[in-house]
Amino acid sequence: MRLTWQFLRVGVMNELQYRANFFIQLLQSLVAIATGLIVLALVFDNTSDLSGWTRPQLLIVMGVFTVMGGIIGFVIEPNMGRLMSDIQLGTFDYVLTKPADSQLLTSIREFRLWRLTDVVVGGVVIVWGAGQLDRPVGWLEGVGFSLLLVVGGVMIYCFWLLLTTGAFWFVRMEMMQELFTGLYRAGQYPVGIYPGWLRVMLTFLVPIAFAVTVPSEALTGRLTVGLAVLAVVFAAFLLVLTRLFWRFAVAHYSGASA
Amino acid sequence: MTSQATAVASPSAAEGRLRSYLRLYGTLIRVSIMEQFQYRAANYFYMIGMVTEPIIYLVVWSTIAREQGGTLGGYTPELFAAYYIVWTLVRNMNIVFTPFGWEERIREGTLSAQLARPLHPIHYDLGFFAGWKVVVIVMWIPIAAALFWLFQPELHPRPTQIAVFAVAIWGAYLIRSFLLWILGMVTFWTTRVSALFEAFFAAELLLSGRLVPMTLLPEWAQTLANFLPFQWTFGFPITALVGPITDEELFVGLAAQAGWIVFGAVATWLIWRRAVRLYTAVSG
Repeated sequence: MRLTWQFLRVGVMNELQYRANFFIQLLQSLVAIATGLIVLALVFDNTSDLSGWTRPQLLIVMGVFTVMGGIIGFVIEPNMGRLMSDIQLGTFDYVLTKPADSQLLTSIREFRLWRLTDVVVGGVVIVWGAGQLDRPVGWLEGVGFSLLLVVGGVMIYCFWLLLTTGAFWFVRMEMMQELFTGLYRAGQYPVGIYPGWLRVMLTFLVPIAFAVTVPSEALTGRLTVGLAVLAVVFAAFLLVLTRLFWRFAVAHYSGASA
Repeated sequence: MTSQATAVASPSAAEGRLRSYLRLYGTLIRVSIMEQFQYRAANYFYMIGMVTEPIIYLVVWSTIAREQGGTLGGYTPELFAAYYIVWTLVRNMNIVFTPFGWEERIREGTLSAQLARPLHPIHYDLGFFAGWKVVVIVMWIPIAAALFWLFQPELHPRPTQIAVFAVAIWGAYLIRSFLLWILGMVTFWTTRVSALFEAFFAAELLLSGRLVPMTLLPEWAQTLANFLPFQWTFGFPITALVGPITDEELFVGLAAQAGWIVFGAVATWLIWRRAVRLYTAVSG
């Protein structure tokens, strides 16, 4: 825990040197959200609800999508990118020689502070959407939402680490990131609107449904207890799986020098 | 006298030049085809990641069409399916040198090497990406087959439509190549360009037919789009094949593409001349 805090501090200080990047990133977040809002306006020009989701509810989905995207860009993506290039260059050996848990270490080495603008902008959209709901958000829904957001983030982390760990065997994995970015876009809408085969893929193969749709459902009061429990169980399962796979991969890692 | 002399000399000189250009493009395209076929797996991951985008649009708009009683602005779910499946090919044709790449070109000095060559550097980009397109088209066929099977589109083009489509995708390729080159060259003046690029891509997404067929946009947005090149790179090639479109509209579209290609080429040429002067000044 102290280690995480130290790394976070160094990472943040590094980023604070480049303050102009903050404005660029903020501008980018705003462009992205403006585009999303225009698309929603176009959709609701033509219909009053999309498969049972009203406009404020879809606003919340978009907000959660943006927040989760910000979290991914803040910590998950940079660390996984670093791990992948470490494996390619052979510098991963240094991580293994350090006296700390290697999985923890690979997960907290880099932070892109300014990507948190997405979290702020997305948060504003969530609050805005929640303010327009027919019935106010209760504290139970708020708590469930925050909890499931964390659970969703954990799942994305596990999924990405599982994929990246594959780089121990197949060095060229950059395209997997490309693939993930493409698939993640599907989270802009509740997964319920997609055809069955795609919904299953977006739930269990790539856990976007759990990362975006489920927290949004919690906030809009559509979530069943069963689904919430399933999310937590599945996250726990992924965590254990990732841990085991990581151990296995490190044990079989032969290094670039070998 | 002199004018007469050039008039006599020019046909053969022009012919020779044309021939060497054709040879250059032939070689560039061949090299890039061979190169890209080596990266089959990487190309496939890239293409599959890309297919998510049109599937999202397709699902959203056909859901709305169904909720509105079967059609939305004349589009049935099956017609939407055709639109967004053809979209995947047009999108691939539209991938050109990214404006984000200019910073690296300038910083790493790869541009200096290109400047030493006798030909304008855009020829190398055009040739390279054109060759990649050939690979992409071949690799696209199985993806399209899968999408056909999954979404059951309604696609019955007339022979003229097919012919115009085959030309229009290359027209779109040229227009977008020039546009993004012009945009990328802004990097010569300032390196804080990413927000500008994002704004450009957002405008393109909304006003090109990439997000939604042009006819579903509000009236004012369609009028605005008529003054911009975007719809000729996305909406027009797709609609050319998918319809509904008249023969007259097909030829107007091709003419508009030709106009924008000329405009793009001239603008690229003019801006490049000024940009390069700046570049030499920086490094010199």
